[in-house]
Amino acid sequence: MPNKTFFWFFLPTGLAMILFIGLPIISTGIQSFYAQHDQVVKEVKKCDPFGCTVSIVVDQEATSILRDEKPLGKFNGFGTYIDRNHLAIEQISDFWKETDSFGEFINQVTNLPFYKALLFTLTYCLFVTPNVLLLGFIIALSLNAISRKIRGPLIFGTILPMIVTPLVGSLVLFWMIDAEGIIGANLQLMMEDPYLSLKSSRTLTWITIIIYGIWHHSPFAFVVFYAALQTVPQEPVEAAIIDGASRYQRIRHIVLPHIYPVVTFVALISLMDNFRVFEPIIGFSAEGSAQSLSWLIYDNLVNEEVILFGSAAATSMMTIIGIAILLAPVLIRTWKEFRTAR
Amino acid sequence: MRKILLTLLFVLFGTTAYADGHCSKPSGSINILANDFPALRTFVETAKGCKGSADFKVTHSSEHNKIAVPALTANPSEFSARIAANSSIVPLMNQDLIRPMDDLVKKYGKGIQDSQLITIDGKVMAVAFMANTQHLYYREDVLKELGIPVPKTYEEVVAASEKIRASGKMQHPYAAAYKAGWNLAEEFVNMFIGHGGEFFKTGTAEPNINNAKGVATLNMLKKLASLSNPDYLTHDSEAIKVEWESGKVALMTLWASRSGTLLDDEGDAKITAATKLTGPATVGGGNIPAATLWWDGFTLAKNRSDSDAEATFIALAHAASNKKMVADAADQAVWLVEGFVPGPKSIGVIEAVKMGAKPYPMLPQMGLMHGALGSEIVEFLQGKESAEQALKDVEAAYISKAKEQGFL
Repeated sequence: MPNKTFFWFFLPTGLAMILFIGLPIISTGIQSFYAQHDQVVKEVKKCDPFGCTVSIVVDQEATSILRDEKPLGKFNGFGTYIDRNHLAIEQISDFWKETDSFGEFINQVTNLPFYKALLFTLTYCLFVTPNVLLLGFIIALSLNAISRKIRGPLIFGTILPMIVTPLVGSLVLFWMIDAEGIIGANLQLMMEDPYLSLKSSRTLTWITIIIYGIWHHSPFAFVVFYAALQTVPQEPVEAAIIDGASRYQRIRHIVLPHIYPVVTFVALISLMDNFRVFEPIIGFSAEGSAQSLSWLIYDNLVNEEVILFGSAAATSMMTIIGIAILLAPVLIRTWKEFRTAR
Repeated sequence: MRKILLTLLFVLFGTTAYADGHCSKPSGSINILANDFPALRTFVETAKGCKGSADFKVTHSSEHNKIAVPALTANPSEFSARIAANSSIVPLMNQDLIRPMDDLVKKYGKGIQDSQLITIDGKVMAVAFMANTQHLYYREDVLKELGIPVPKTYEEVVAASEKIRASGKMQHPYAAAYKAGWNLAEEFVNMFIGHGGEFFKTGTAEPNINNAKGVATLNMLKKLASLSNPDYLTHDSEAIKVEWESGKVALMTLWASRSGTLLDDEGDAKITAATKLTGPATVGGGNIPAATLWWDGFTLAKNRSDSDAEATFIALAHAASNKKMVADAADQAVWLVEGFVPGPKSIGVIEAVKMGAKPYPMLPQMGLMHGALGSEIVEFLQGKESAEQALKDVEAAYISKAKEQGFL
């Protein structure tokens, strides 16, 4: 496509992206550098059906003057980024000085909310992404090998986890693994431990969410791989068969190199999706044991009666940076290949 | 506190001839945001009966806290009124989103009692119509069979639960809403107040929970948790209600406003018949209950025209002074409205008031403390860190948030 045609073709999408993605990100970035004005409080008498007390309220007149002067709030620079609920620079350097062993230091650091969330998010990415690729590929290969007659219904069944709304899918599983649910109760019987609970143990909760993640994302990898498999040319495969190549050798040396760009694409998309893991935490009510970066943002925005815009904005920016870092190796590789191909 | 007792006593001997609430047919536009439970639905329905020619809309949502501030910040505001409680009025006050209604009370609030008015700095900011608290529920049959007296303190609750467990009747005899987040933090607040704790150093926004009272609070929560269903960190009020109705629990701490659905005709009749209510328990030898008192009341949005505010007030005041409503729906709530005759389902709240329970702290920075508690004490309950460490974490998390919000 000539560059000019491409430009006009891309313009509407580009404008929409700037308007709905670019500008909000810039606005979020700006907000992350501001904190609320110092609250001016005053003592007043408060009366309710249970009696009167002297207590404090925010002085609205004084506050509105401050707000009118600087509507964005108090400039805080990277203050929010480095406070205890985010990067916690100060706390980490204290831990480093105070702790005796490296293990203890790591323990202290992962007890901080941001690092706790980061640890879960990365663990989730590292376990889910490769397994999704592998499982998706195996399913695609197997379905590609069976008779066309039953392939249709099987494909439908395979992509069902993707059709089911994530929240509904996780809720169904959530009820099944409850201590009174079918899986939870049977596990207790099998292990002969009435206190066993998949939801109260952190490790078990993580495993549950990761398995759910693999179950939910595999169909996507499968669909893409299955489509790619249809484009594998038959001649080299037949030639390999004549040469006596085993099934494994054919897949390793012919199929995989052919669909390699698609594998990169699926890996990219999965990594991005998995880094933003959110729904299963809500669906499984797993806030206690597993928190992700996206969940932290949600928590700052809705779980508090006071909305913490600065905190949420800072975490958002760091999530974007996190995704960029995670994708960098894959992107660099693709870019290099693109250069050599030219 | 004395006011509510007087009110209740007064209504006990009060008139039985129910006059319909006063209604002077408003016009304009009324849009109400409210939580979703039966008593509030009744209240809003009653208000609708006095909508006159006004356009009447209502949003009942259990996610009301999440939409309230953004919706009322808009100008004109999406809602003309918000049904709030002690805790949820605070963000509205902090952001200056609700209007004083002294003149409206004077003009249209004929049937509203003085005790219903929430005044802050001498201005009426809300009109309360019902009271709520968390208190004990127990299974009479189970306790009787094992010869256990009705517990009055949390220490007795623990002893009773251990006895029930030892008898083999129930594996997890105690239940409370310990879901990580708001619910768990609320249990901490109750227990901490029961121990006589103060959340902040007097006159400041500095946290004050990392002390012996905080440790005692956490230890009691952990003891109770060990007697609950192992999934307690995922159980909210609705979940423990279901547990109760399936007969697997004999002692429970739950909201008074949920007693209606617990004691209705649905479910196992045997369990319903044996379900009894009593006041909240005390803890650690304290004499005030480990519970907080709550009111629900209506507030008027500031960013809305005066005529809409007037129309909304007329309709809601009609409900907040409606003797017929409180007589018909006496089972649904402990109404603060004149004419309410407390029934057996109101025992919890009335006992709590008699015992001198404290209201939930209506402080501008309390929401931040509540949020920090909800996520930072989980690891202590899971046995991953010490009580001191958990409390230190809560204070640190709170301080960061309070700094960002300008309270420190």
